[in-house]
Amino acid sequence: MTAPSTAVARVEARLEGDCLHVTLGGRWRITQARPMWPEVVADALAGVRDYPRVAHGRAGSASPFASPLTRVRLRFADDLAGWDSALVLFVDEAQRWCRGHDAFCDLAALPEAVRALAAQMASALEAGVSAPPAHPSNFLAALGHRAQTAWHETLEIAAFVGDCVLGAALLARHPRKFRWRDCLSEMQQCGAMALPIVGLISFLVGVTLAYTGAIVLRQVGGDIWIADIIGLAMVREMAAVMTAVVLAGRTGAAFAATLGNMKSGEELDAFVTFGIRPVDFLVLPRVVALGLMMPLLALYANALGMVGGLVVARSVLGIQPSAYWVEMLAHIDLSDMSTGMIKAVAFGLIVGLSGCLRGLQADRSAAGVGRAATSAVVTALLLLVIADAIFAVLFNLLGW
Amino acid sequence: MSLPNEIPAIEVAALECGYGGAPVLTNVTFSVRRGEIFFVIGGSGCGKSTLLRHLVGLHEASSGTVTFFGESFTAAAPARRRELLRTFGVLYQGGALWSSLTLRENIALPLEEYTPLSRVERDELVALKLGQVGLAGAGEKYPSELSGGMRKRAALARALALDPAIVFFDEPSAGLDPVTSRQLDELILRIRDTLGTTCVVVSHELASIFAIADRLIMLDRTARGIIAEGNPRELAQHSADPRVREFLTRGENQT
Repeated sequence: MTAPSTAVARVEARLEGDCLHVTLGGRWRITQARPMWPEVVADALAGVRDYPRVAHGRAGSASPFASPLTRVRLRFADDLAGWDSALVLFVDEAQRWCRGHDAFCDLAALPEAVRALAAQMASALEAGVSAPPAHPSNFLAALGHRAQTAWHETLEIAAFVGDCVLGAALLARHPRKFRWRDCLSEMQQCGAMALPIVGLISFLVGVTLAYTGAIVLRQVGGDIWIADIIGLAMVREMAAVMTAVVLAGRTGAAFAATLGNMKSGEELDAFVTFGIRPVDFLVLPRVVALGLMMPLLALYANALGMVGGLVVARSVLGIQPSAYWVEMLAHIDLSDMSTGMIKAVAFGLIVGLSGCLRGLQADRSAAGVGRAATSAVVTALLLLVIADAIFAVLFNLLGW
Repeated sequence: MSLPNEIPAIEVAALECGYGGAPVLTNVTFSVRRGEIFFVIGGSGCGKSTLLRHLVGLHEASSGTVTFFGESFTAAAPARRRELLRTFGVLYQGGALWSSLTLRENIALPLEEYTPLSRVERDELVALKLGQVGLAGAGEKYPSELSGGMRKRAALARALALDPAIVFFDEPSAGLDPVTSRQLDELILRIRDTLGTTCVVVSHELASIFAIADRLIMLDRTARGIIAEGNPRELAQHSADPRVREFLTRGENQT
């Protein structure tokens, strides 16, 4: 080591009778290693245990160290270059050791500041070291707690949806009170601005479906049915679902973040104390915008998906576009179209409502806003899948 | 103004405030006279803001009543309650201006919702309100473009939009430098003097308390309620409660 001796914390322990003289030197930094009290004591007492033998051999007298240690005296060395909490920790260790071993810890030689800090440390430790609260170990208690939370959340969702329905009913009676301006700007945000991403994804979904279908259809020589598969899949299922997934990430999360931020800035409270319900003013324009835009986006997604399938059918299976078109029209009718559109509207409402709900529920903090955005996407996707399954059963029963 | 003068602006009786768990404040009773500048003071965490949020109806009190100009606010039916909200304005701690709207739109929104005014009349009123708080010509700015002090003044203009009889202030001087804070105090005084508005201020800013408060109540965390009520100067010198004297003198020159 080339570092000067003052660069590291150093302790010299010397026994005199029943008193351990501890000299603290060097530079004590909390960011660097420091001597530990138990080692210092062990070293010092190991010396004691050895000493009698040596002493005995030399002088033949009885061990002067037969009595246990009753005093520990700490003092600063002349070369002590600096100290901080590291030294306080060491002094505290020494004090606690002394208390446990019936020894007197003499700090009188230390500066007043060190003694004051050591005293603060001792009284702080008496109050208890703070630690994260333990999890409820009882399985039943934890289960009950979870169930209560889930029930509470369900109630919140029900209350929120009810609030929205009330707001919508009010709107139907006073359409002029509706914030059409906000609704239009939201429509632009979640509709027109989403066209590129929705278009790209739908086109690629069409391409992927076509390649997958082609594997099977080529084996049975039914190449032309590719048009029906892609047409039906897009119209009945993929267009609505893929658009909803894109908008859940793009728009639902944005709703949650916006409303969450407004909540933490007390902007929502400002609405409430002006007698304006945030649901009427903020939620409904957004949900209506999504409910109107989603079917339009799904239509657009249908078209792009079919184009994707057409491109693959033409280039891989060698089907003429006109044949593809005629085959598809023969098998897709209005009932297929309407199932897709009904789903799109429902998905739009789900994405909009979950985004706004999570935003309104957000904690008043930066982390709360982030969690709200995440939670909005997760909630929307979960509800989407559930709703899609319900729709599948329903349409099957209806024979659509 | 048609109501008889002896009815106080605000009467709070046996109010219990809390958020679900243990109540933060119990048995809070006080009344605020018309045109008074009334302070609610106390150390951090004593429930000042909690009390304010319960007074303006952001949280339901578990028991007790709040009465504005002789009409119960806590017992009012939801529709009537929404109307009663218009008797007061609130200046929130951070201003709470709606960030997606310009200052003009912020102030015009309550007017749009509740008045039959034409667009031109609204714009004129907005200009007046902005002028009253010293922000003339800043109507097309967004809240994010303003400094903290300007945001507070703009929020005050919005709180005054519907000419409320009462304005609640939540820590108006929080985060402001001493000079801006004093200017805001003067603004509060001027508004009270010109419009006769009753002002309820939640604050722990001693300079403001002594400069503009007519009367105050002091809340305490351990007492979970009011421990003093009266004029700040009298309380600072003659209060029987050492906590009150200590607070109002910053714990200095104890006698």
